[in-house]
Amino acid sequence: MNDMSTLHHVSPLTHSLSTLGGELGRGGLDLARIRADFPILRQRVHDKPLIYLDNAASVQKPKAVIDAISDCYSHYYANIHRGVHLLSERSTAAYEGAREKVRAFLNAASVQEIIFTRSTTESINLVASSFGGSTVKAGDEIVITGMEHHSNIVPWQLLCERTGATLKVIPFTDAGELILEEYERLLDSGRVKLVALVHLSNALGTINPAKWMIDLAHARGIPVLVDGAQSVPHLAVDVRELDCEFYAFSGHKLYGPSGVGVLYGKQALLEAMPPYQGGGDMIRLVTFEKTEYADLPNKFEAGTPNIAGVIGLGAALDWLNAIGLDAVAAYEHELLDYATAQLQEIPGLAIMGTARDKAALAAFTIQGIHPHDIGTILDREGVAIRAGHHCAQPVMQRYGVPATARASFAVYNTRDEVDALIKALWKVKELFE
Amino acid sequence: MSDLRDLYQEVILDHNKRPRNFRILPQPTHHADGVNPLCGDRISVYLDIEDGVIKDIAFQGAGCAISSASASLMTEALKGKPVNEIEHLFEAFHNVVTTDCECPKGLGKLSVLAGVRDYPSRVKCATLAWHAVRAALEERKQTVATE
Ligand SMILES: Cc1ncc(COP(=O)(O)O)c(C=O)c1O
Repeated sequence: MNDMSTLHHVSPLTHSLSTLGGELGRGGLDLARIRADFPILRQRVHDKPLIYLDNAASVQKPKAVIDAISDCYSHYYANIHRGVHLLSERSTAAYEGAREKVRAFLNAASVQEIIFTRSTTESINLVASSFGGSTVKAGDEIVITGMEHHSNIVPWQLLCERTGATLKVIPFTDAGELILEEYERLLDSGRVKLVALVHLSNALGTINPAKWMIDLAHARGIPVLVDGAQSVPHLAVDVRELDCEFYAFSGHKLYGPSGVGVLYGKQALLEAMPPYQGGGDMIRLVTFEKTEYADLPNKFEAGTPNIAGVIGLGAALDWLNAIGLDAVAAYEHELLDYATAQLQEIPGLAIMGTARDKAALAAFTIQGIHPHDIGTILDREGVAIRAGHHCAQPVMQRYGVPATARASFAVYNTRDEVDALIKALWKVKELFE
Repeated sequence: MSDLRDLYQEVILDHNKRPRNFRILPQPTHHADGVNPLCGDRISVYLDIEDGVIKDIAFQGAGCAISSASASLMTEALKGKPVNEIEHLFEAFHNVVTTDCECPKGLGKLSVLAGVRDYPSRVKCATLAWHAVRAALEERKQTVATE
């Protein structure tokens, strides 16, 4: 089912690709080949080649993913887990096969620990509602970081409103690094029931020291949820090494389709938690007197899921594994360094988020020019970036800006594209002079 | 870059850099805040209305060039106007920034914002201040959003 032709991205260092600025050799990625996997990148916008640097919002999809979804609908689609017929058996096998791929991707102990959801947002809401709703009481505390996406703030605020618990926030420095002494101080209150932290900040690019923070929480018996929406496409994640209780991410930022998310949870916790939604597929036996719930992971997958989407996510993982996340991380790191050095040469430009451990994106402001205007002008140059608050308004408030411009990278971006971004930014300056 | 100049006309860049009536009225008869949730822009508008006429109007806030210039131009256009003309003017302005219509004469300098029609994602920036004025007149307490 999966297109094996995508399995040779790593090529010998001897090639040379002049059109891609000699990209080969840095990490050994065959960029021409990687880019060829993305039909959408072969287009012009406003009469300029498309340069897509809004990958943190959502990344484009390789042909292998598009084909896997199309293959499912064209050849073997049916509802899963309930058919006696061939198509249903094939769909079920492909769907459960994708679950095994996600398990391997995260190095989880068991497929029972992999719950398919709609998105990171839904994964977090599931934990807030089911785990939070059953364990958090008035007077308890939930600790989050000051650099969370709204989806890792609002579910906890709702939980606090419902229960009378309090939300505590770990502050961060001007560079965008968490103040870890403050974190320890918050943990020591004796009232913390859960820590929820973003692994890689979508507003700053900061990679938080998740392993270390989880160990600190565990030393006090506190469970930890990690928001991995931004981390999974950029760094290899091993949930058993991290030892987190929950890990949440979205398919659409991981070269997979939108409408699919994942929640990893430790089996013992998931087993103890009440269901999140009720419906079909999550039950063993229903009578009007009493319902017995299904075993994991079905207990948390009520109703017909996004079958083709999950299968598409599985294809995305195959595609990404063929390149290798370590190679991706190394390449993107160089790209970010390359971009950062040039951005810093633009007068009046300030980069927001300069943590020592950082990945994949540069958020910035230019004095006297609003990010929204930067975004519009760049768009006309073919360069797609994000301008706004990035669903992290508290981060904007922390720096006293209404918004930032953000260029975020994927494995298919090139140095030439960074050069085009920089050139377009000089045009912005020129226009506003 | 010529098409960008259609959007970012000299008048707009000038009003962005030096917004007119950019201050707080100490005791406005009407006041409201507007927010564009898309980009986090916020502006406050203040009006002094006497006998159905806008005696004074001012605004404050942080926004993109389009929303700042539009607010600035709006204050110039509305000062001295009878309140009952505002709706009509807003309608005409809205048409200009969203459709391919001819610019009506009565719009004056506001028509420099016509370039916005080619940038659908920026229409909300151009209309933010107007929405806030409308909210101020209706004496809505809540912050208005463009969405
Ligand atoms: C750090 C982070 N968390 C959570 C999310 C929410 O993801 P989704 O909208 O796919 O649920 C995002 C998406 O921008 C994100 O960047």
